[in-house]
Amino acid sequence: MPGFEVARAENGEISVLRLKGYLDAHTAPDLESALQKLIDEKRLKIVVNFQELTYISSAGLGVFMGFIEEVRSGGGDIKLTGMSQKIYRVFDLLGFPTLFEISNEEGLAVTTFSKPKSR
Amino acid sequence: MTKEGGDGLPQAKRKYQLRIPSQTDNLELIREFVSKVARKVGFKDDDVGKIELAVDEACANVIEHAYQKDDKQPIDIVIQIDYQKFTVIITDRGRGFNPRKIKTPDMKEYLAQMRVGGLGIYLMRTLMDEIDFEVKPGKRNQVKMSKYFLDKMSNHPDLKEIAR
Repeated sequence: MPGFEVARAENGEISVLRLKGYLDAHTAPDLESALQKLIDEKRLKIVVNFQELTYISSAGLGVFMGFIEEVRSGGGDIKLTGMSQKIYRVFDLLGFPTLFEISNEEGLAVTTFSKPKSR
Repeated sequence: MTKEGGDGLPQAKRKYQLRIPSQTDNLELIREFVSKVARKVGFKDDDVGKIELAVDEACANVIEHAYQKDDKQPIDIVIQIDYQKFTVIITDRGRGFNPRKIKTPDMKEYLAQMRVGGLGIYLMRTLMDEIDFEVKPGKRNQVKMSKYFLDKMSNHPDLKEIAR
């Protein structure tokens, strides 16, 4: 059984990556390739679902940091969703909630992409 | 190396050790080893998670920085348990680094620099109660991290007040 899997789904112009297993220094390159592939395809509206992720270390968080600037400057975003308390705590410790949009439900993350930004 | 038991150590003192090659693939085994022992001595999910992550970060740094991804080098992980605390000692023989040069991060600065190795050290300091580095490049680099069983309650000022 592989320790980590990324499943990709498309929802219009939004791409959803569903993570499963553990995301550490060993498996982070798999997520990196999945995100790189989306960027190469110019699919920059990205939702990452953590629902089935059991563990994350800073190597995993580093992947999001490595891509976010490029994605945002291209007009897209990486939105994070479905984190367990354990996973959220790691993001929180590293100050990620101020940098990333984190929501409880995948549907919500997708919706916020479709709506025009209101201020 | 001390043998487990039979060496005059008090009953409650225990020691567990693992020597494992410096491959990222082994991080999973390292986490399992450390969390199994932590659970066995009574830590709950929350603390087990903290210890597991701190040790993963330390070992990932050893693989990436000390051994520069040479995957045939040894990482030694020793867990020492006494009445008060759970201590993990991680030793490598690779290139050292100066932990003092890795400052506690300002998050904005971090983002600008995107220094992932530094994130690990910040997490280790945050997740454990005590942490100490001993660096002798090429000879022996060691990080020693402890978590107290009672969350350092005995040192807590409020509790000292109550105890009076």
